[in-house]
Amino acid sequence: MAVFGIWLGALLTLCIYSFLYRDNPLYKFAEHVYVGISAGYFVAAEVHNVLLPNLIAPLRSDFGHRFYLLVPGLLGVMVFFAFSRRLNWLLRYPLSFVVGMGAGLTVTAMLSADVMAQVQATALPLNSVNNVLLAGGVLATLVYFFFSAEHKGAVGGVAAAGVWYLMIAFGAAFGYTVMARISLLIGRMQFLLGDWLHLLR
Amino acid sequence: MFNPRNIARWLAVLAACANLSQAAKVIPPPPAEPAVPAPVSRFTAADVPNDGGGAVRLSWAPSPFDSAALRFAAPDDPARAVKAYRLFRSMGRSGEYSQLIEVGPGTTEFPDEGLANGTAYHYRIQAVGAAGGLSPVLEASAVPRASWFNGERTNMVAALVLVAGILLLFIVRARSGVAMSIRKIAGLAAVDEAIGRATEMGRPILYLPSGGLSAVSDIQTLASLVILGRVAAKTAEYETKLLVPCSDPLVMALAREIVKASCMEAARPDAFRPENIRYLTNEQFAFTAGVDGMMLRERPAANFFIGTFYAEALILAETGYATGAIQIAGTAMITQLPFFVAACDYTLIGEEIYAASAYLSKEPVLLGSIKGQDWAKAAAIAVIVAGIALETLALRFPQLHAFAAQWLLPK
Repeated sequence: MAVFGIWLGALLTLCIYSFLYRDNPLYKFAEHVYVGISAGYFVAAEVHNVLLPNLIAPLRSDFGHRFYLLVPGLLGVMVFFAFSRRLNWLLRYPLSFVVGMGAGLTVTAMLSADVMAQVQATALPLNSVNNVLLAGGVLATLVYFFFSAEHKGAVGGVAAAGVWYLMIAFGAAFGYTVMARISLLIGRMQFLLGDWLHLLR
Repeated sequence: MFNPRNIARWLAVLAACANLSQAAKVIPPPPAEPAVPAPVSRFTAADVPNDGGGAVRLSWAPSPFDSAALRFAAPDDPARAVKAYRLFRSMGRSGEYSQLIEVGPGTTEFPDEGLANGTAYHYRIQAVGAAGGLSPVLEASAVPRASWFNGERTNMVAALVLVAGILLLFIVRARSGVAMSIRKIAGLAAVDEAIGRATEMGRPILYLPSGGLSAVSDIQTLASLVILGRVAAKTAEYETKLLVPCSDPLVMALAREIVKASCMEAARPDAFRPENIRYLTNEQFAFTAGVDGMMLRERPAANFFIGTFYAEALILAETGYATGAIQIAGTAMITQLPFFVAACDYTLIGEEIYAASAYLSKEPVLLGSIKGQDWAKAAAIAVIVAGIALETLALRFPQLHAFAAQWLLPK
């Protein structure tokens, strides 16, 4: 069975890699298998990991104290009104709840992690080239993200410096991430040449 | 020579000796008590502040015979040195105490978690000596409670009130008719160009409101869906096919609602095609493979990748580039932005995707919120500059560092 799994994985990997040449029936086959199986797996995983332990099991074991779980359960059921032409509008309630909750939670999280933490980390003494570059970069990049002021004159100059900072940071991130992708490729090659073809010892 | 009286005396002496040795064997001397260490002091139990409840913090000043303590006093007998502290807990003051934990020397506090809110818990502490001697017991009690307000986040509330106040002020001003403008954003200015190109070529437009891992509650996905609404209105107006593959069922449901509303707004309800807004899968790379296939088979003339993207960003952008489509991308994911910059024609960087809705709609209320955000950024710049100045001056006047830490940049 293990050998069958290795052969299946190797052949599907080659089918996906055939995309590098052009779109072809082998890639289409692997793509549809991948999408279909993963979508089905997701449904089963959601039922077993979310629906049963968080809703069904608590309601069955202690309905008296957990009756409030009917509210999210009802919101979940309302999503299925997407299939009804007449009652389609009921879908908007669970969507509004999820969107509002997401936005509300994100406001404080972003303010804390992205704004306050950045401000605190940038308030450094200007006693080294590193600190001067850091403070200058943060301030110039912030000016670039001013949308109500045209990037002309002094504002334009500072914003241009901000763009330079951004591009240098992107270049560094690009190189770093490409290295990580190469390691993924190496992993796949080890599977094909080692586990499958036994060419690697 | 032989005197019977002497024999009797000797026998009596021998008998007395035998009795004495027998008595020594039967009644051993009483054992010595193990040396007792000095007890801890200032033992307190208190509800943990600024938490969701269910926790009590126990703290104490160490025994003077604790070798890890700052004020260590070497005992006259090494056996009296503290080996550990034993903590006991009971639900009632006169109830049975059970051992909670034994902690090593040098420990001066312990958080007891997983408790019931509103219930009184009673604690005891006892120092254990090197020879096993136990110090006198100290007692303390506490009732764990949930806090309504986290006092440590007061600075966050102040910042939130400040930012929200600035935003509301400018929204009110915009509503009252004060003219507000927004600078040109290259990526958004190209939206109309991309839609026009697809219309001229008679090919569809592909719009991804997120990558393969995001959810509908993700703020970038929400920003992307707002832009989708503007793109959908234009495509409905031009009768251009709009493909929206989704990796989340709720994103798909919301995208359908938005596109439907946009088609109505454009007076083209017949342009709404729910089957073109598809759910593929939640699996990141299966979703990527599916979208790649769509790009190669449907041959869209314009691709929009706006929202949260992870490792799929480069794969998608490269495939779109290979098909010759005009590509507009936008994300706040710093690690993926370089790939979009390299492989797409236009890239919305970070906050530009949040400004897009105001830019595309030109609605006064949204423009007012953009203006408000700019002022909030100006406030952040002012705080940073003040912080830098104080920290630099603190090199010469160290007391300024404490001032800045307390009043300007509290953690």
